[in-house]
Amino acid sequence: MNNKYPGINLLNSDEIVAKFSERNVFGFWVFLMSDFITFGLLFATNATMSNMVGIAGGPGPKDLFNINSVALQTALLLLSSLSCGFIAISMKYHQTRGRVSTWLIVTGLLGAGFLFFELRDFANMWAMGGTPQRSGWLSSYYALVGLHGIHITVGLLWILVLLGLLMRFDFNPRFNQRVLVFILYWHFLDVIWIGIFSFVFLRGLA
Amino acid sequence: MSDKKTEVRSYFIGALLSALLTILAFSMIYMNVAHDVAITVIVISALAQLVVQGIYFLHLNYKKQSREDLQLVLFSTMLLLIMVFGTIWVLGDLMNRMG
Repeated sequence: MNNKYPGINLLNSDEIVAKFSERNVFGFWVFLMSDFITFGLLFATNATMSNMVGIAGGPGPKDLFNINSVALQTALLLLSSLSCGFIAISMKYHQTRGRVSTWLIVTGLLGAGFLFFELRDFANMWAMGGTPQRSGWLSSYYALVGLHGIHITVGLLWILVLLGLLMRFDFNPRFNQRVLVFILYWHFLDVIWIGIFSFVFLRGLA
Repeated sequence: MSDKKTEVRSYFIGALLSALLTILAFSMIYMNVAHDVAITVIVISALAQLVVQGIYFLHLNYKKQSREDLQLVLFSTMLLLIMVFGTIWVLGDLMNRMG
């Protein structure tokens, strides 16, 4: 298999196109790594705030976190990562508008479900006095989890754009590359969430 | 088309392993396991799941075209670990000094 570029081989064999993709897809990896470091430093900040001084007498993790909701959000995001895999499979083996858009929509709905529960959690926390300004720990929490939520929202917009492009035009190398890059982005967000639910939520509740 | 079958299977295996590791981590809280044990299990499970997702979802491997991705990821991770660990160490130490 003439796999010329990182990730999954989504294009058919055209050499020139593959070379152009290889550079662009690698460039996207570089962006993802910069994002990874941004999130990582927000993690570090949250870690340094996870003590009595950071919590400043305000509500702490055990007062505010709803583990069932977090478990549900985790399940939704994991399933959306799986459905993302099916976007890739359909792009590679059955490149039809119907299949690809179906999996894009499934991924989008799962992501939207995730956001719904996350925003609901924020609202509940807010009502219990867990506002971003209450303590350093809460500020860092909202910054980290909030930034992840913003990334998910952007991902949902991206799905809408891809669907629009798919309806308007047909498959072509540039579109295919955009789908590949979206898939990397979405998997990356699931990886960040693994870090969030492990080190922020579960560690806070342990 | 056994290529497709192996790929589909690989996604399901990745998802299943991720789910198991996630359940393992969450069970530490649901079953009220002792703090130190819980933290250790949670951390190890998170790292393992990163590896699982890296291999099965992101297709990171040592084959030629994927190698550059992998090197980039490892390099970025190294930078990140230095900065994160450094931050936690310095501020933790500062907190101790400030009593």
